[in-house]
Amino acid sequence: MDIIFGRLTIESLPFYSAIAASGAAITVLGALSVAGVITYFGAWRLVLFDWVSSLDHKKIGIMYIMVALVMLMRGFIDAAMMRSQQAIAFNNDGYLPPSHFDQIFSSHGTIMIFFMAMPFLSGLINLVMPQQIGSRDVAFPFMNSISLWLTTAGAGLVLISLVIGKFSTAGWTGYPPYSESQFTPGVGVDYWLWAVLISGIGSTMTGINFLVTIIKCRAPGMYLLRMPLFTWTVFVTSILMIFAFPALTVACGMLVLDRTLGFHFFTNAMGGNMMNYINLFWLWGHPEVYILILPAFGVFSEVVAVFSQKRLFGYISLVLATMAIGLLSFTVWLHHFFTMGSSARVNSFFGTMTTIIAVPTGVKVFDWLFTIFRGRIIFKAPMLFTLGFLVTFTIGGLSGVLLAMPPVDYLMHNTTFLIAHFHNVIIPGVLFGYLAGYMFWFPKAFGFKLNDKWGAWSFWCWIIGFYLAFMPLYVLGFLGMPRRMEHYEIAAWQPHLIVAAIGAFIIFLGIVCLAVQLVVSIRDREQLLDLTGDPWNGRSLEWGTSSPAAPYNFAVLPQVQSVDAWWDMKQRGVAYQRPDHYEDITLPKNTFISAFIGGAGFVFGFAMIWYMWWLAILCLASIAGAIIIRASDDDSDYTMSADEVKAIEDARFAQLAKAPKNEMEDEPGFAGQPVPEAST
Amino acid sequence: MRQTLAYRFKGIASAIAAALVCAGCGFLTSPVVDPNGPIALTERDLLFKAVAIMMIVIIPVWVMAALFMWRYRGTNRGARYTPNLAYYWPVEILVWGVPAAIIVWLGLHLWHNTYKLDPYSAIDPSVEPLKVEAVAQDWKWLFIYPEQNIAVVNELVLPVNTPVSIQITSDTVMNSLLIPALAGQIYAMAGMRTELHVLADKPGHFWGRNAQYSGTGFADQQFEVIAGTKEDFDAWVDKAKGSGDTLDAATYEKLAKPSQKVPVTYYSGVAPNLFDGIIAKYARNDAELRPSTARAEPAE
Repeated sequence: MDIIFGRLTIESLPFYSAIAASGAAITVLGALSVAGVITYFGAWRLVLFDWVSSLDHKKIGIMYIMVALVMLMRGFIDAAMMRSQQAIAFNNDGYLPPSHFDQIFSSHGTIMIFFMAMPFLSGLINLVMPQQIGSRDVAFPFMNSISLWLTTAGAGLVLISLVIGKFSTAGWTGYPPYSESQFTPGVGVDYWLWAVLISGIGSTMTGINFLVTIIKCRAPGMYLLRMPLFTWTVFVTSILMIFAFPALTVACGMLVLDRTLGFHFFTNAMGGNMMNYINLFWLWGHPEVYILILPAFGVFSEVVAVFSQKRLFGYISLVLATMAIGLLSFTVWLHHFFTMGSSARVNSFFGTMTTIIAVPTGVKVFDWLFTIFRGRIIFKAPMLFTLGFLVTFTIGGLSGVLLAMPPVDYLMHNTTFLIAHFHNVIIPGVLFGYLAGYMFWFPKAFGFKLNDKWGAWSFWCWIIGFYLAFMPLYVLGFLGMPRRMEHYEIAAWQPHLIVAAIGAFIIFLGIVCLAVQLVVSIRDREQLLDLTGDPWNGRSLEWGTSSPAAPYNFAVLPQVQSVDAWWDMKQRGVAYQRPDHYEDITLPKNTFISAFIGGAGFVFGFAMIWYMWWLAILCLASIAGAIIIRASDDDSDYTMSADEVKAIEDARFAQLAKAPKNEMEDEPGFAGQPVPEAST
Repeated sequence: MRQTLAYRFKGIASAIAAALVCAGCGFLTSPVVDPNGPIALTERDLLFKAVAIMMIVIIPVWVMAALFMWRYRGTNRGARYTPNLAYYWPVEILVWGVPAAIIVWLGLHLWHNTYKLDPYSAIDPSVEPLKVEAVAQDWKWLFIYPEQNIAVVNELVLPVNTPVSIQITSDTVMNSLLIPALAGQIYAMAGMRTELHVLADKPGHFWGRNAQYSGTGFADQQFEVIAGTKEDFDAWVDKAKGSGDTLDAATYEKLAKPSQKVPVTYYSGVAPNLFDGIIAKYARNDAELRPSTARAEPAE
């Protein structure tokens, strides 16, 4: 092995197959065109000094969501390739060889969970949660930025695996012994491992950061039981992140030791045991499902109240249900492998615990329905996603309870029924929630609303596409079709797979609508301006800041007196009051150290994958050095003087004066609300 | 607004109708809905029963969702509007109580059936089952009939109405033995023994396969299952016994190497304790094991 380049040779470039080469070409061209656009607009200074180096939680949130949307595209391309392959591969090999098909299903799952859903989640939370609790920032802004850049480093490793080498073929779960070097000797599994490990460390730090923020940084009067439900779900999700992600880090770390140093934790022979990996993996994997969906439940809780123009029904029940789900999520991991030969006693315990989760989840669904009851629904795009979720998610819950029964699981495990089930909770549950949140809070991030018509079109494509793509997979489960079939010889499967491919195409139209919505909204931003900062007649504190919010969010920390703090302030007529005087505000300075750590993490992962030991050591040393430099920097904050704050706030009140009426007033179905009073 | 809503509902309705028509394709004759044995049948019935009981919650959700969306649309000024309604204790009792009651019912069924359908427990303890040993290999299944002293690759033949005990292991990565018409699956793992008890109560031809992704040859790693009368089975055993090949250690080593689309192959004799030996070899700290099943990086 080469001492400089390790395993890396010129043969690692994907010139061996047309499909692999075009994937690489698209990746490289994509990166080049982004760089080209930035150069064309002369925006490098802006990108680097205002964004990459920023420690502002709102900008970090926006960057997270940008990563998520890019990875959503990439993950969807994988899905489209799988669906089209399976639609045609009856009694023939289709267009994808097995060794390519398995890379695609592995990267699809890995990307959608780790690099689409996780960044989307962290992005929304970063953007919204500190404002919801009336805070000026997260507890650890620098660590927040490191988390972002480590997640991006992981995503970068997955993307670069298209260009240099190959990706894992072991599925997104990477089960040994298949993922051991005996069976998969190439770099693919190492790409997967290091992408997951590096971003997983970022996610653990994110969890710590959010939890401490919620515990320590709430505005005066924001008692725990006055927190908006989104913040509650973030609270529970953060706890799950902190406890669950170390299990993943340990499992992947041990697999790295097996593969790289010839250990035998999970090997077939020499005392290894693959079942240990599978337990550890799902000890993270099941809570992960709730890490993803609880904040989506939080978004639905906010959206359903705002667009029903009514208080959220059953606040305490929803909080208790969230806590219960969080607790139970650690007691069910074994249901991912009922078929591994556990005794009936063990299986029935974990099966029963799993079905119990249906109770708090059912409570949530009913509470959302009763929020709509006797409300005045305004059918904006975020609300459409919420209503689509309510109807569709129940099917996913139903199939989830079915799979929780070990005897049913014996039949349906590893079949497309399972695939249909988890897409049924992850698309209408998780993704619809994030998309609703994206459209709901977009004005808060950028100061103008998204075009609602294109949002509605996107919703209809997503939901119709979803039904067409995944209902056939439920049926295919009854027909016994296993997941990950690259071709097949059973004629009865094909019609269903063709319908599923059509569904995937309609989902693609939904993604196109999302892109068009963004472009059209940027074009028409003058008409879509959100002058008040409260475009939807909102209820929680984030609507009390300007859109986009000032770097400090709140010039004066709000005094919270009830649940629905902002709504309450509007009712009491104290919502837009100008304070007597402003004070100096301390904020974190921009820094490139966190982005440097992310970059070094990326190169470190790359070096470990290709066995370039010198480079790995160099990267670790430079990360350690960067942390020491940062830790010895006593001048990491700057103070915004009261005069500067006053100037920004004066501009805000001038803007408010120009926007005398409630932005929702023209909506059909608006129930009538106090007009925001801009005091002089 | 009313017109567009109706138009949209029509769109969804036709999409759902299309999905339902599609659901008809092969659903009723599928191995899960129309199984060939009592184990799969009981598993199916549990599934259907659970679906039915959960409809107690699901149908109200759908009805309420549709009703509330329509009645409380913002433009309907006739509907009652109570913007501060946030708590009503009977509703709280209902939304916690009804799902909880259903889960208690489901949990009892779950517990009972998990014991009853434990793949390790014999179907009829008073009857001595037919013994079969299944070995997952890259990318095929080897079935050893120790009492008949025969072995066969990629074909499983069973007499009807006879309990069958299948001992399962893997000589490669993790596999999962699935015969949907007879019973649910169980994993096959190297160095370990899992068990599956099945019984075919109707003669017929159906299929079984590996359901756990195992590499390049995964898609073709399937076999035919033939359930016949006692006479059919005996005739089949005689046919296998007529084979010139025997499965000794050397032949096994060759067979265990990765291969795809392997035709049905019979062996008229099997090395003694071959199955136990396949499991035991992983317990030895025997580095020599590694090359026999090691795979090369697959070519594109």
